[in-house]
Amino acid sequence: MSKKQLMTTKITKYPPGEIIIWLFIMAELMVFGLFFAAYAVTRIDNIELFELYQQNLDTTAALYNTIALLSSSYFVVRSVIAIKHNQQQDSFKWMVLAIIMGLVFIIIKTDEFAHHVSNGITLSTNTFYMFYLSLAFFHYLHVILGLIILSVIARNINKGAYSAKEYTNVETGASYWHMVDLVWLILFPLVYVM
Amino acid sequence: MKYTSQMVAKPYFIAAIGLFVGQILFGIIMGLQYVIGDFLFPEIPFNVARMVHTNLLIVWLLFGFMGASYYLVPEEAETELHSPILAKLMFWIFLIAGAATILGYLLVPYATLAEITMNDLLPTMGREFLEQPTITKIGIVIVALAFLFNIGMTILKGRKTVINLVLLIGLVGLAVFFLFAFYNPDNIVLDKMFWWFVVHLWVEGVWELILGSLLAFVLIKTTGVDREVIEKWLYVIIAMALITGLIGTGHHFFWIGTPGYWQWWGSIFSAMEPIPFFMMTVFAFNMVNKRRREHPNQPAVLWALGTGVMAFLGAGVWGFLHTLSPVNYYTHGTQITAAHGHMAFYGAYVMIVLAIISYAMPMLNGRKAANSAKSQIVEMWSFWLMTISMVFITLFLTGAGILQVYLQRMSDNPLPFMVVQDKIELFYWLREGAGVVFLIGLIVYIASFFIGKDEAEPNEA
Repeated sequence: MSKKQLMTTKITKYPPGEIIIWLFIMAELMVFGLFFAAYAVTRIDNIELFELYQQNLDTTAALYNTIALLSSSYFVVRSVIAIKHNQQQDSFKWMVLAIIMGLVFIIIKTDEFAHHVSNGITLSTNTFYMFYLSLAFFHYLHVILGLIILSVIARNINKGAYSAKEYTNVETGASYWHMVDLVWLILFPLVYVM
Repeated sequence: MKYTSQMVAKPYFIAAIGLFVGQILFGIIMGLQYVIGDFLFPEIPFNVARMVHTNLLIVWLLFGFMGASYYLVPEEAETELHSPILAKLMFWIFLIAGAATILGYLLVPYATLAEITMNDLLPTMGREFLEQPTITKIGIVIVALAFLFNIGMTILKGRKTVINLVLLIGLVGLAVFFLFAFYNPDNIVLDKMFWWFVVHLWVEGVWELILGSLLAFVLIKTTGVDREVIEKWLYVIIAMALITGLIGTGHHFFWIGTPGYWQWWGSIFSAMEPIPFFMMTVFAFNMVNKRRREHPNQPAVLWALGTGVMAFLGAGVWGFLHTLSPVNYYTHGTQITAAHGHMAFYGAYVMIVLAIISYAMPMLNGRKAANSAKSQIVEMWSFWLMTISMVFITLFLTGAGILQVYLQRMSDNPLPFMVVQDKIELFYWLREGAGVVFLIGLIVYIASFFIGKDEAEPNEA
């Protein structure tokens, strides 16, 4: 796809995708928002405990995961642009790449969880781990759900179900995936870095 | 009506309404016992009246769900019901078992009932809402299995729709979670925890799927809006209901001895439980606004819209009021809970069952789509009488609850339970008054089936 093509791709409908997914995204963001707010408020009261145990988290792994999710989101964008130009094969390839990067996230995160479990860390270890494990696992489940959605869309693209005229479902799935990405972009600095 | 086998729904609906009357009568008796403690004592003690009131509610709603499924599933699957005979047989088994159980509660002391029904072989009795003798519980499982087999086979051989699929998942969940009623561990913490697997995961989990699918069915039929649009809403509503409802079980785990993280999990996820109910309200009004037809059965549309609003208020808003753990620390087990319970059950489950009965009954009685105009007006009166009186029952109980929390748990000199009960007596009298109006509404509702029976139905506009 040429640079010109990329530049000329406009958002034809706002918000993109099905309106109902935006209701869902808003609801999901409210749940995460509440959890983040609870984390932040509790951290103020337990700052030493949080800072001590935050050091045990694997920031490098989290950085790789950030790169994985960001690139995955980029590939989803390319997939949407491709389908808008009726390039189904390209769209399929980009979507598969997005799924692969999502799987990279799952592998790295599973390894992190396994590490914590082997060290005997549970939700009851302390307040920090309660928040960290809850938030990370809840987000992890969303990545899995997002990957299922992207996989269904990829299969449909491959079957020729979408085209330049009908691509609403691709945008719908992409919107959800960006939400999963966005939540991670808050979770990463809030829980790992700050 | 498209398929003759849908007729099996009719006895289920009639039984549901009959048991509903029983439930309300016992509610009135119990409401009076709040203020006149020895009313009908020793014939019907308070604990027995309460057991009958709550058990009848569950049983009649189950009759309603089953009737609704027998009506809806063949029409959605575009095929006759797999076995109408099995459905009729199960109806009588369930009705007789239910009636025998209620009579057992009323006629013999509970301990004797446990002895007669050989509870000691597999002890499951003695827990709130799950008071049924073990033998009745086994009967419920058999009826549920036969029902699921019948519905499942019908869906398998016919057209697969999202409504049927969601309904089936809800019904399977209902049966599966009921199995926890047989698990009765010695450890009281585990006992309470798994008890909620039945109670919470029914009403704040899988029942919401049943509610969503019934609402979607009535809306498709009465508004003529595209199935695809309604199905997308249904997907999102049930996804949200499950995300918030399943982990939201944690709001029952605050004070029973479970790990501390449930304070957070329970508070956060259950605080989000109003969202799917709010979506249902928006969904119902949106679909009715986008309607492509003026359905001649106006009460059915009214019940459907009412479900959206009242479920959001009762289950959503009144649930949220006391769901956060620091708030629940004070409100736990007070009249605030009773207020929430009344409006949530009425708004979410009573109203949706009445909506589907309202939609289906004219056809089951041989009409084309609706009752006569006169009958419809009477039914809509019953809607307003029952709904408004339920709002007042809820408000009076909330008033009682707030006072109770303050006097008993928050003031500088906390008073004993019974002293506080005396002080909030006025609210109980007001609640009883609203309860009587509810009963009048129910009588008007039943009258609507007999009024204008011979008159023609209004034409579709």
